[in-house]
Amino acid sequence: MHEMSIAGAIVATALKHAGDGRVTSVRVRAGRLRQVVPDSLRFYFEIVTRDTPCEDARLELIEVEPRLCCHACGREWKPLFPSFRCPDCASADVSVLAGEELEVESIEVEERESACTGQR
Amino acid sequence: MHRTKVRIVEDALDANNTIARANREDFDRHGVTVVNLMSAPGAGKTSLLERALPLDNVRVGVLEGDVQGSYDSDRIASLHVPVTQLNTDPGFGGECHLDANMVRSALPSLPLEEIDLLVIENVGNLVCPAEFRVGEDVRAMVCSVTEGEDKPLKYPLMFRSAELVVINKLDLLPHLDIDLDRLLCNLDAVNPGVERIMTSARTGEGVDELRSWLSERAASRAAAGV
Repeated sequence: MHEMSIAGAIVATALKHAGDGRVTSVRVRAGRLRQVVPDSLRFYFEIVTRDTPCEDARLELIEVEPRLCCHACGREWKPLFPSFRCPDCASADVSVLAGEELEVESIEVEERESACTGQR
Repeated sequence: MHRTKVRIVEDALDANNTIARANREDFDRHGVTVVNLMSAPGAGKTSLLERALPLDNVRVGVLEGDVQGSYDSDRIASLHVPVTQLNTDPGFGGECHLDANMVRSALPSLPLEEIDLLVIENVGNLVCPAEFRVGEDVRAMVCSVTEGEDKPLKYPLMFRSAELVVINKLDLLPHLDIDLDRLLCNLDAVNPGVERIMTSARTGEGVDELRSWLSERAASRAAAGV
């Protein structure tokens, strides 16, 4: 269910940058640690875009694999299940290098070239 | 018509985070430490608060977040602790979590001048509340032993974001098949070394420790002169 909240946040971000145009695609980078279920996100995206300039826009979802780094021994690894202790030295001093992203990378906007000239 | 690509690269939750920072500034201005208390529904957040509050020497207020009803805030009010109820339905579409904007809307009804510590009891849910900062200084969560060993592995986002994990309902252990060591081991895998307190809201076990933790959070701000 958190996909609905996330879809709403994605659409709000896209609309903020869309100007007067119609949004035809939204490209999002989602780290796997955010536990976003792609099908679920697409489903809610379609719902929350209704009656907005994002209606019928394509959601391009790029999933980012998690990468962790141990500050104690320098090991870098891709965790297979949610374990955040270093598999080599068991240190807890670990940072996430990738996998926590949830960002709107770009949008594609279709601009109505002549429509706005007479209106303003 | 022509299509233009607009590069954005912006956190999708940026708008929420901006409001959360504004909330935080308001709390800071009043010298109020804020704990965002989260858990699954029925883990015992309100029962633990009923046991732990009020605190000696620390003036506490509670903001109760629920989809509807004032069941929890009525319980807290009977302790003579200032409490504000925030319902996500109606007005916020029955959201399953609190976000920064909802908490902002409750600020005028919070007695910030009269408290040192605000506990925000989030809507019971292990998923969405983890995504939305509300302006808290610290996140704490309650996990009850009836939920099974695997919850940290299933909801790592929430378990990782907490600085304190309270393991509640210890009194029920004799009746359950849960392997407590395994639960703690899973918790350590997801949030290595996280502080934890073992409690039973029913018997009062561990509640003194929770009380001390809450008091220390408020005291550390006072000591730092924030």
